[in-house]
Amino acid sequence: MAETSKESRDLPITVGDLHKSFGEQTVLNGINFQVERGETLAVLGRSGTGKSVLLKLLIGLRPADSGSIRIFGHEITSSDVKQLNEIRKKIGFLFQQAALYDSMTVEQNVAFPLSRHAALPENERKQRVRDLLAGVGMDGHLDKLPSQISGGMQKRVGLARALALEPEIVLFDEPTAGLDPITSTEIGKLILELKEKRKMTAIVVTHDISTAKLFSDRLLLLHEGNIRIEGTFDDLQKSQDELVAQFLGESS
Amino acid sequence: MAAAVTGSFPGHAVRHQADIAKGLVISTFEWLGDLTIFCCRVVRSAFVPPYEWGEFIRQCDEVGSKSLPLVALAGGATGVVLSLQTRDSLIRFGAKSMLPMVIVYSLIKESGPVITGLVVSGRVAAGIGAELGSMKVTEQIDAMEASAVDPYKFLAATRVFACLLMLPLLTIAADFCGIFMGWVANTVAEPMSLRLFLESGFKDALFSDLIPPTLKTTFFGFIIGAVACFQGMHTRGGTEGVGRAATSSVMIASLFVILADVVLVRLILMIYG
Repeated sequence: MAETSKESRDLPITVGDLHKSFGEQTVLNGINFQVERGETLAVLGRSGTGKSVLLKLLIGLRPADSGSIRIFGHEITSSDVKQLNEIRKKIGFLFQQAALYDSMTVEQNVAFPLSRHAALPENERKQRVRDLLAGVGMDGHLDKLPSQISGGMQKRVGLARALALEPEIVLFDEPTAGLDPITSTEIGKLILELKEKRKMTAIVVTHDISTAKLFSDRLLLLHEGNIRIEGTFDDLQKSQDELVAQFLGESS
Repeated sequence: MAAAVTGSFPGHAVRHQADIAKGLVISTFEWLGDLTIFCCRVVRSAFVPPYEWGEFIRQCDEVGSKSLPLVALAGGATGVVLSLQTRDSLIRFGAKSMLPMVIVYSLIKESGPVITGLVVSGRVAAGIGAELGSMKVTEQIDAMEASAVDPYKFLAATRVFACLLMLPLLTIAADFCGIFMGWVANTVAEPMSLRLFLESGFKDALFSDLIPPTLKTTFFGFIIGAVACFQGMHTRGGTEGVGRAATSSVMIASLFVILADVVLVRLILMIYG
């Protein structure tokens, strides 16, 4: 792995000149940003602007065309599977559709990463799974299959699974997409609670500005492969950029 | 047709066809290359600890026990048909006493393994292709990778090795049912004890007649598992893609099983004469 300075080792996420294309379509065109420890960054943008792709690039699920991604100073783009897996253990990922394993129960889904990476005795592991599910209000549905619970419940279980290995970084891909306003607010509050309790570093991809406003320290708007604007919610509100104003207006 | 559409020389149409054929050949070789790399990765991942015994046993049950009724039925039906079809011919040549041997040999040496291979291709390859395809399009495979778990080991290696282990066992079951039902069909026409039927059927049987044809199905199992996992894990395009993955898994696995059978029969004949 590449040599890293102490400053970049301390930074959970550093992205430099990142490019990604699919055939003729350029999704990311040389973006740069950093996320500080304990900070929550919301990535906003219209559908198809590469927000979800960005999250997948961050944990090496898709290869970048060029540029640099450093997680705690480790270069992701040049890491092999073994090195990537070591880094992935420090990162939790909540997928857009929760991506729970269909053939496993709620309990087995949350236990899956624990049984492979945490050397815990069986009873302690079970207790930990129950605690995680209780934390998201799902401890009464241990034996249910993902197909037997609602979309909002699946997101909650997905969140419990993402937090199973006590990650230092959590990536949220559209945590409130497809949910009713009440469930969206509940999930938003849950993330806020976790942020305050665990002091975790997070990137939240969303186009729900009200949820983003609730728990993000900084926001970043992606447009046509570039970062259009980056700053706090107030910075975005003060912006004279028509697209930013349009986005904030329409989203809220 | 192409020339008429483009309004150019017929030579252009030929060149157009040649370009399509060239593209097809290149994509076929690319697919074969990707499949080979996939197989190497799956085999390598299977031998690196920690081993996924729980999932492997679950897959053995899925491939083995759940295919058993269909394989037994197909084997039994083949035994009945063999008995009915060959009986008249053998009587005509005055070789009626050879009937048990004909049934036993055709089942063990060829019909049993190939029928098992094709039946399992249909049932298991479609199931694996659709299951993994669905996991791919709903990001479950990405979620597994994000949890630092190798999907090649957990999903593919367990299924490939379950197919590899279960195919010979299912073949033995198909052979057994075929021989038994062959005896039943024969007894209906002309009563004969099972013991006598088996004794005359296996009278001159050698090691090379029984074991290699059954063991060749391990290759069928590997082909079925590998092709289905590959097609499933490379699914693109939502639910339509899942359907395509299931269909192509069955088609390609069946085709490869038949081709592998030709090669393996030739190989067994070369080794054992």
